[in-house]
Amino acid sequence: MTPGETLRGGGPRRWLYDPKIRALAAQILTVLAIALFAGWIVHNTVHNLTVRGIASGFGFLKNPAGFGILQTLIDYRETDSFARVFVIGLLNTLLVAALGIVFATVLGFLVGIGRLAENALIRGLSALYVETFRNVPPLLQIFFWYFAVLRAMPSPRQSHEFLGAFFLNIRGLYVPRPIPAEGFAPIVLALGIALAAVIILRRWARRRQEHTGEPFSTGRVALLLLFGLPLAARLIFGAPFTWELPQLQGFNFRGGWVLLPELVALTVALSLYTAAFIAETVRAGIQSVPRGQIEAAIALGLTPRQRLRLIVLPQAMRVIIPPLTSQYLNLTKNSSLGAAIGYPDLVGLFAGTVLNQTGQAIETIAMTMAVYLLISLTISLVMNWYNRRMALVER
Amino acid sequence: MSSSPSLRPPVVRIDVLRWLRENLFSGPVNTALTLLAIYLLWRFVPPVLDWLFFDATWQGSSRADCHPGGACWIFIGQRFGQFLYGFYPIEQRWRVDLAALSIIVLAAPLFFSRFPQRRRWALGYFLLTPLLVWWLLYGAGILGLATVPTDQWGGLMLTLVIASVGIAGALPLGILLALGRRSQLPAIRIVCITFIEFWRGVPLITVLFMSSVMLPLFLPEQMSIDKLVRALIAVILFEAAYLAEVVRGGLQAIPKGQYEATHALGLSYWQSMGLVILPQALRLVIPGIVNTFIALFKDTSLVIIIGLADFFTAVHRATVDPEWLGFSTEGYVFAAFVYFLFCFGMSRYSIALEKRLARSEKR
Repeated sequence: MTPGETLRGGGPRRWLYDPKIRALAAQILTVLAIALFAGWIVHNTVHNLTVRGIASGFGFLKNPAGFGILQTLIDYRETDSFARVFVIGLLNTLLVAALGIVFATVLGFLVGIGRLAENALIRGLSALYVETFRNVPPLLQIFFWYFAVLRAMPSPRQSHEFLGAFFLNIRGLYVPRPIPAEGFAPIVLALGIALAAVIILRRWARRRQEHTGEPFSTGRVALLLLFGLPLAARLIFGAPFTWELPQLQGFNFRGGWVLLPELVALTVALSLYTAAFIAETVRAGIQSVPRGQIEAAIALGLTPRQRLRLIVLPQAMRVIIPPLTSQYLNLTKNSSLGAAIGYPDLVGLFAGTVLNQTGQAIETIAMTMAVYLLISLTISLVMNWYNRRMALVER
Repeated sequence: MSSSPSLRPPVVRIDVLRWLRENLFSGPVNTALTLLAIYLLWRFVPPVLDWLFFDATWQGSSRADCHPGGACWIFIGQRFGQFLYGFYPIEQRWRVDLAALSIIVLAAPLFFSRFPQRRRWALGYFLLTPLLVWWLLYGAGILGLATVPTDQWGGLMLTLVIASVGIAGALPLGILLALGRRSQLPAIRIVCITFIEFWRGVPLITVLFMSSVMLPLFLPEQMSIDKLVRALIAVILFEAAYLAEVVRGGLQAIPKGQYEATHALGLSYWQSMGLVILPQALRLVIPGIVNTFIALFKDTSLVIIIGLADFFTAVHRATVDPEWLGFSTEGYVFAAFVYFLFCFGMSRYSIALEKRLARSEKR
């Protein structure tokens, strides 16, 4: 074969240089290699399992667990099944994630806005906060709060007391427990009515503005409804809750809710750590609104409140929300670090204790990973949808 | 038409009082915030400084020398060797020092742009130093160096080994995954997307669990791998997925014309990627790579869960040692300080790089 033939595209081995055939071959080879590798792993695993005498499958989930759990959000007895242990672990993970997300968001937004404050001192303190907390590993922070702070708390008799209702000691944080009273149902009802009224009012206001151009500020009326109606219900029907205060009896507290030191340490550490990242996200979001937008709003005669509500926030939130959700996701994944201090979350309880009890390594770890995968895939699907909806429509 | 007289520029005086008025006391809200901040500082800073420095014990040799009220840094001093080297045999520690020294000294020419043959030196450095360091640390009996098994490795040295092997292994894999994710070939694209999304979706701690309990099941019966190597595999797979997304960002930032130009020149896929696209894309994402490395550096602390004795584990173990019970605050504050130094230093470096790259882009 001469070079000329190749150039003209002829020759017996022309197919070797056909991009379509090459692409197909590359894909087939990749898939084949992966299939072979997977087959090798499955073969080894099956062999190892038979040698070690481990039964595979999810049958173990029905067996009784036979161990106690530190914190259960639903009823649990030692005779309950491993499947119930799985649910308990999942709920504990979701609890610490939810608490962490609430605190981290509040703190993160405050610090993020603080980094852009006019006040130099606030700016400096916010920057100090962010740099300190995001540059120290979260596990170290969890250990610090757990071992150095909460494990060093005094015994119940010498508890630290706050406002006569909160008690902090080595057994955890004792908080008052709300017990629904007569006023509970009417107040919830009043809140529901107020919410519905606000939604209807906003629709009406928007329609009126579209038709007549006259704006109607719903903010004040909404506040009045949301606070006024429940308050009226409170005055007529009485308090929604009575509080059960924790009380020292003998060597321990009775009554109230007790938050385990593990839960407190994990929540505090994760909130402080994630808040530092959220603060950076918020700062970047606000800074991403071009100065011209604010100047244009001033030129249009919008008040500072209107500028914030109608111009800055909508544009900043578009930038903030995607990284914010990925921070929430990180917090949820980081909550698995609780396993290291014995918090009974999904990883500690299921991939830890249950694995040790049953030896079902593959099943327990696969189930644990599947939960986290499901959470992150769901959130990223929602985010993709949100990004498509919020994408700027350009010319 | 008379021209208006040219005005002199306003005199801007740098004035402490004026700065204070503008920055701290410009309105009632601002003043209140300033006072609140000052109150908080006054309330918390002096006790913290007292504990850290003024009331702290710096000299002594045992627990009995610590006086109450302040930190006792004797604890850190006594255990410093373990924090750095773990259980590496004391008479062999010079090998770790020599390895660290050679990494730094041999890298020096890379930072001088005038150094002749810098490129060749860099290639040799990145290929040969790992071998040299491996030989120094592990020994394996080659040239008379005794073997130090990896279960005796520990402390800051192990942390740095995991972090640097992790990034060095994850970067090539991450680049391949990023290329695969943007590939025209559907099968390869799907494989890469699945791989990336899987590792990014699960917490590192489950990956480490997996590497320590599932990996032995996956391999042939007679084949056993070292605990450290198992952890390294987990870290590499996990970080490669994150790096792939960083690199993808760089690939997407390269203008389409560059891709089209490589087609017009008749370059093959690997030529166009290796000679045109990747050199530009990687330069763009250096800050992102450094940030991933910072995250990896912090994540190395998780190996405590599978029983490797990295820096954090060494500190934690020292705090639960009966001889030094009750000094956990000192231990954790010291560990936090060390991690902070590394991470903050790297993040400043990344910001400086970003600025330099932005400047060179403008030209």
